[in-house]
Amino acid sequence: MREPRDYDDIPGTYVFDGEHSRKGYDLNMFCMSLNQAENREKFREDEASYLNRYRITPEQKQAVLDRDWLELLRLGGNIYYTFKIAAYDGLTMQHVGAGMSGTGMTVEEFRQMMLDGGRSVAGNLSKQEQQHG
Amino acid sequence: MAKIIAGIGTSHIPAIGVAIDFGKSGEAYWQPFFKGIVPAREWMAKTQPDVCLIVYNDHASAFSLETIPTFAIGVAPEFPPADEGFGPRQVPVVQGHSELAWHLAESLILAEFDMTLINKMPVDHGLTVPLSILYGQPPAWPCRVVPLCVNVIQYPQPTGNRCYQLGKAIRRAVESFPEDLTVAVFGTGGMSHQLQGERAGLVNVAFDQRWLDNLVNDPEAITSIGHTKYLREAGSEGIELIMWLIMRGALQANVREIYRFTHVPVSNTHYGLTLLENAAQD
Repeated sequence: MREPRDYDDIPGTYVFDGEHSRKGYDLNMFCMSLNQAENREKFREDEASYLNRYRITPEQKQAVLDRDWLELLRLGGNIYYTFKIAAYDGLTMQHVGAGMSGTGMTVEEFRQMMLDGGRSVAGNLSKQEQQHG
Repeated sequence: MAKIIAGIGTSHIPAIGVAIDFGKSGEAYWQPFFKGIVPAREWMAKTQPDVCLIVYNDHASAFSLETIPTFAIGVAPEFPPADEGFGPRQVPVVQGHSELAWHLAESLILAEFDMTLINKMPVDHGLTVPLSILYGQPPAWPCRVVPLCVNVIQYPQPTGNRCYQLGKAIRRAVESFPEDLTVAVFGTGGMSHQLQGERAGLVNVAFDQRWLDNLVNDPEAITSIGHTKYLREAGSEGIELIMWLIMRGALQANVREIYRFTHVPVSNTHYGLTLLENAAQD
């Protein structure tokens, strides 16, 4: 484990640092493979067996199959890579944003939040601040 | 001699490319955005740079985690649009300026900016969307392009100050190129946005406006902003703003802001656009 970093205090944010990148390398490289049409076809035929070509953990594999966007980040995924799964599914960044909010937000609610000016920074800047009100 | 005649800051949101490519610009959602960029297209049509040096980032298209260059310059004669997972954008192939790019590479490396040199590089929305914003849908892009790709995805990204200093070195490099060329420098990405995690959708207009004011009038005041402050206040993807500092560094100390337009939301972001011209000789 690396030493604590000042950015660990940012709420709801998975900074893609070296530790994250090491943990998620094979997961992200699986996502990268979906850039190629022939790989998308193979993935479509049988998701689980396609995933077996990559040295990913059982947890990472399950998170892909479940389209658990937040869990994918926790397991080392980077949003630009994991979004390739969403694009493959025909989803938008708003779908994924709603899914990652962790509050059961629907895509319509997420879109409305953006139309209303986006997620506010108020109360969202610091974990410490959140704890101490 | 070549000279830098303008700086352009613009977000490079992929949804803008989709809206342009699939004729959605008249939809209610998109109307304010497309109205807002009209003056920029008019200005671009008058300004007509020979070359656009576009500072952008690749989004797991040309590069993956296999190779992560901090600063890379495209020296090839052309750059095809990348397949980002749903087929390449139907936009013209980007014509490079190989001679200028090699000159820049040599000049920058000898100035101790250790650039990665790229001969094969499909270009994704990070580069093609800014072209579409400024030029619309021409049959061929009316400028040649030198792509300058910055790692902003893998922490640690280069510092804002390093980006600003690179911009200054780019200016010296352009001005020592013997051919008479006019060059516009694009800084792309931003403004505040966060695509990932429970804070997805974060927008911080106050931060962005203050930052933009400083970018124009007092850029050195923002070169010391560190990674954590960007990640915290502009969102995890808002750190792309450091690429605008390369553009600003390539201009003179005093600039005029010809036009500014910002809008929330474009997709999950605060869209920002600024057009800058050198105010006077240094």
